[in-house]
Amino acid sequence: MSGPSLEKGLAAFREQIDAPVAAFFNSCMHCGMCADACLFYTETKDPTRTPIYKLEPLRKVWQQEYTFWGRSMKALGMSKPVTDEELGQWEELVYDSCTLCGRCSMVCPVGNDIAYMIRKMREGMAAAGHAPDGLIGATKRAVTIGSPMGVKLPALQAQIRHIEEDTGLEIPLDREGVDYMCLLSSMEIMNFPEYTAALAKIFHQAGVTWTISSEAFEATNSGIQIGVSEIAAELVQRIVDAAEKLKVKAVISPECGHAYMAIRWEGPNLVGKPFDFKVVHILEVLDELREQGRLKITGKEMQRLTYHDPCQIARRGGVLEQPRRLLDMIADDFVEMPEAGVMNWCCGAGGGVSSNERADDLRLKVFNRKKEQLDAVQAEGLVSACANCRIHLEEGLEEYHMDLPVLSLTETIAEHLAEDKS
Amino acid sequence: MTETEFLLWVRGPALQIATIVFVLGIVARILQMVMLGRKANLAEARGSALAGGLRTMVTRSVPDKGTFQRSTFTIVSGYIFHIGLFVTIFLFAPHILLVDEVFGLSWPALPTPVVDATAVVTIITLLAVLIHRLKDPVMRFLSGFSDYLVWLVTFLPLLTGYIAFHRIGLSPTMLIALHILSVELLMVLFPFTKLMHTFSLFIARYYNGAIAGYKGVHS
Ligand code: SF4
Ligand code: SF4
Repeated sequence: MSGPSLEKGLAAFREQIDAPVAAFFNSCMHCGMCADACLFYTETKDPTRTPIYKLEPLRKVWQQEYTFWGRSMKALGMSKPVTDEELGQWEELVYDSCTLCGRCSMVCPVGNDIAYMIRKMREGMAAAGHAPDGLIGATKRAVTIGSPMGVKLPALQAQIRHIEEDTGLEIPLDREGVDYMCLLSSMEIMNFPEYTAALAKIFHQAGVTWTISSEAFEATNSGIQIGVSEIAAELVQRIVDAAEKLKVKAVISPECGHAYMAIRWEGPNLVGKPFDFKVVHILEVLDELREQGRLKITGKEMQRLTYHDPCQIARRGGVLEQPRRLLDMIADDFVEMPEAGVMNWCCGAGGGVSSNERADDLRLKVFNRKKEQLDAVQAEGLVSACANCRIHLEEGLEEYHMDLPVLSLTETIAEHLAEDKS
Repeated sequence: MTETEFLLWVRGPALQIATIVFVLGIVARILQMVMLGRKANLAEARGSALAGGLRTMVTRSVPDKGTFQRSTFTIVSGYIFHIGLFVTIFLFAPHILLVDEVFGLSWPALPTPVVDATAVVTIITLLAVLIHRLKDPVMRFLSGFSDYLVWLVTFLPLLTGYIAFHRIGLSPTMLIALHILSVELLMVLFPFTKLMHTFSLFIARYYNGAIAGYKGVHS
């Protein structure tokens, strides 16, 4: 495979331009409203970070090659083609300054799904060799090692042993014919083993059969964040193969936003065929168990809790009601932040931003948006359902000297399971 | 060319050409857009793309509370001048009469003084919108030649119409000819500029709503 080039980048742009993209570019009136929808603009006041402007090179290609006017100008040699240098300049806007949170897509009055286009634009950026080093590294590790953080099977096995000792419950590896195959994000394996322990406890109580595959346990997909569909497809295929091999009914996406987007919504499209199994988010599973009366809960969290909707799970993923119903069960004093739900503000670290060290300062700066949202409700605990959000939320809270515990919804539910009497 | 000849040309051949460019241009541009198509979604749907698309086509006209607070001027001025344009174009008695003559279609008009007042409000709002575009850091940064061109060709018919109605300055023949000419300019540029958003925004909103609706989200 030859290296990246401008030609490849532009070819990828062309491949990405479809009817929605054309309708979106064609409709933009430069009203500027998307700027105020984006935390990267509101917290920096830098007009270049206006969502639609992040797409300028892609828009140029569309304009010059897909419109009468643009084509005529091009034929007359009167338009400036997109250059490699230009793409280089846009790298910071397309990767560091966008978490693909999709908030702009909810606000644009003409209806432009800007995040849809930024996701597409990254395909061309990566093909042209203008992706951040941090993401390139993570993607390479995901392909060669199987995890963007370089977590290997022995590390998972060691964790599993610890969890089994702690909980006295079995964590079934590679068990065939069970209901669910659980995926984990590397961050959960390394930083939050409590999540896996929570799964074990809840599933044990509810009588759910489950397993983790030793061949495909990683849920995240760097190929999507960087914008290389071939790699993204390869990573999805690993999960598909494992799920088929273990003959599970469904695959559970863990507390990770983009992993859910990757496997639930992009997955079948990346591998080019519908899955034979279902893909569900852990919150959907828990809510279903709740509905069936299989979650026996005791006691409530008494401190004032609020919930941070991970963008890819809520606005971009459609899991909005489930966490609220679950929280209702375990929280005595639950309060919604202003603009919670579909209009929630991103934490600032999604869409590959957290894998890109260059963006570290920026993501902490834009966390101020989250801070203000939190300040409005004076919560004593912040619940969420994404390990990536969680790490960044913790970092952000520390940076802004806010003393607020960040809780995983799944783990908090596990803490409130009624003792097994049997 | 006398003033009367000029008016006849403007109302005759020029109008025909403008209408042809306008209609064919719009149809061609919409086809050019939609025919790019999009891939079928292979993920299992949670909601209806069609219902979501249709819903967003309508609901996107009303901003959420937070957005309204952040972009109040843009939204309020946008509402005023769009409604103003609609009223002055479609609810002004002489315009309806014209449509009746050409297509045999007619509908009730608003009282002329009301339309006149609307025109004044719309003209003032469009001027404010221009100033806002020039002053707001984001809008100014985003805007290029075509944004100002689009503003101008929208503004001119309104201004010339207002002047013609009040017979200010030139002869009535000349005034009405200039008014029609400004409308023709708008029509000819329409398919090749962002004026196309009048139609394409519904397509854009449809796709936005369909993409979200498929996943069970109201966008
Ligand atoms: S909000 Fe929509 S129409 Fe306005 S500038 Fe952004 S993309 Fe363009
Ligand atoms: S998707 Fe989110 S981060 Fe990206 S441009 Fe839109 S609002 Fe900003």
